[in-house]
Amino acid sequence: MTESLPSSAGSVPTARVTLEVNGKAHTLDLDTRTTLLDTLREHLHLTGTKKGCDHGQCGACTVLLDGERINACLTLAVMHEGAKVTTIEGLGTPHSLHPMQAAFVKHDGYQCGYCTPGQICSAVGALDEMRRGIPSHVSADLNTRPLLSPDELRERMSGNLCRCGAYSNIVEAIAEVAGGAA
Amino acid sequence: MKPFTYERASSPAEAAAAVMRHPGAKFIAGGTNLLDLMKLQIEAPTHLVDVNGLALDKVEATPEGGLRIGALVRNTALAADERVRRDYGVLSRALLAGASAQLRNKATTAGNLLQRTRCPYFYDTDQACNKRQPGSGCSALGGHTRQHAVLGASQACIATHPSDMAVAMRVLDATVETVKPDGARRVIPIADFHRLPGDTPQIETALQPGELITSVSLPKPTGGTHIYRKVRDRASYAFALVSVAAVVQRDGSGRVALGGVAHKPWRDEAADAALPQGAKAAAARLLAGARTTEDNAFKLPLVERTLAAVLAQARSAA
Repeated sequence: MTESLPSSAGSVPTARVTLEVNGKAHTLDLDTRTTLLDTLREHLHLTGTKKGCDHGQCGACTVLLDGERINACLTLAVMHEGAKVTTIEGLGTPHSLHPMQAAFVKHDGYQCGYCTPGQICSAVGALDEMRRGIPSHVSADLNTRPLLSPDELRERMSGNLCRCGAYSNIVEAIAEVAGGAA
Repeated sequence: MKPFTYERASSPAEAAAAVMRHPGAKFIAGGTNLLDLMKLQIEAPTHLVDVNGLALDKVEATPEGGLRIGALVRNTALAADERVRRDYGVLSRALLAGASAQLRNKATTAGNLLQRTRCPYFYDTDQACNKRQPGSGCSALGGHTRQHAVLGASQACIATHPSDMAVAMRVLDATVETVKPDGARRVIPIADFHRLPGDTPQIETALQPGELITSVSLPKPTGGTHIYRKVRDRASYAFALVSVAAVVQRDGSGRVALGGVAHKPWRDEAADAALPQGAKAAAARLLAGARTTEDNAFKLPLVERTLAAVLAQARSAA
């Protein structure tokens, strides 16, 4: 059994955790309360992942954890010993964009850009879920592969809010990448 | 968040014992609801027992021809399981109607059953709430009650249970398997798992202190058309105002349960028996004893109309 170090006078409980973030291992001693989001931003200085609502409602903090999209604000770093985390910084670089990043640029899938890293990580996760045949609320048939349609993409991206309202261009960007990958 | 110590449990019984050993301890699995509430200090555990490492993440066939769903099976994985999609479509549909994809990738089967109400007066720590602070009163009474319960509520609490999955589990007659701190195991029918608020709305389930859910089992499939219809303020990513889970057979017989109307998934065997007579008859039985406010009186006709839509869909699918 793994236990955090007990709290001594004037200190708070901490625990050690090793995460592989964008291919690089990091071992950290963290206050047990530290969310994965705050770990990325405040401890590893990967500020691409954004804090919007901090309550799982907006999706700005979406990252890929062992390949699946999650809200980094609603999980503790200490719960993920040995996990692989991919943030927007790990998907592509300014000189070598991930296809989803390039598509967002091409289709103008943002205005202020604050939700964009979460939108892009979420979109990458969403297309992987479709490839794996995971149905959605709008899939007409649970027992056949989900069709690539604007309705499917809108439903699958409903956990990512964009206050600028760039949704129609976001759907076009994702659809282009999905079409190319199909 | 308030500070807490943390440990990873090595077995279900050990996890239960660890929570029992530490006053103020809680289990954490997906954490999507618990951490939200901890940030608001509505929950303030002093110790967290992480159960994610326990091997409770499989969906397995039972000797009776049903399925045993490990407590840690994520909502996405459960909704996508081939057997669930084929034989228990109402459960896949209910799961997919809930939350967002990011949350479903983390949230677990057991955690979904244990999620707390989204009553705004429970969430606002400046308001009185008997569920958050027993004996403090209920600010929802006489407040904005559009989302609140119309069945089984009390003077102490008019909150609803937020889960979609639990409504499907209720219509499927699922059972909840647990382990207690002394290692003893028990099986709780889903009908008895969630409680009505009464005078103790802070006690939401039949679980005893330290008792850990290990799995949820489904009986042998019954066939029929499986439908989950959820009515909400947005097309996606919103809690139900009213929802209907139904399994309807070709001859019009079947079962039905409601979400969004009570402190627990709402089912009435008399309503099941009335299903062949149509939505009006079944809704009348489901809603017997309903008490509404000006804000939520709309839920009664909405239940009947949603049920009518479900039965029409079942007829066209049969």
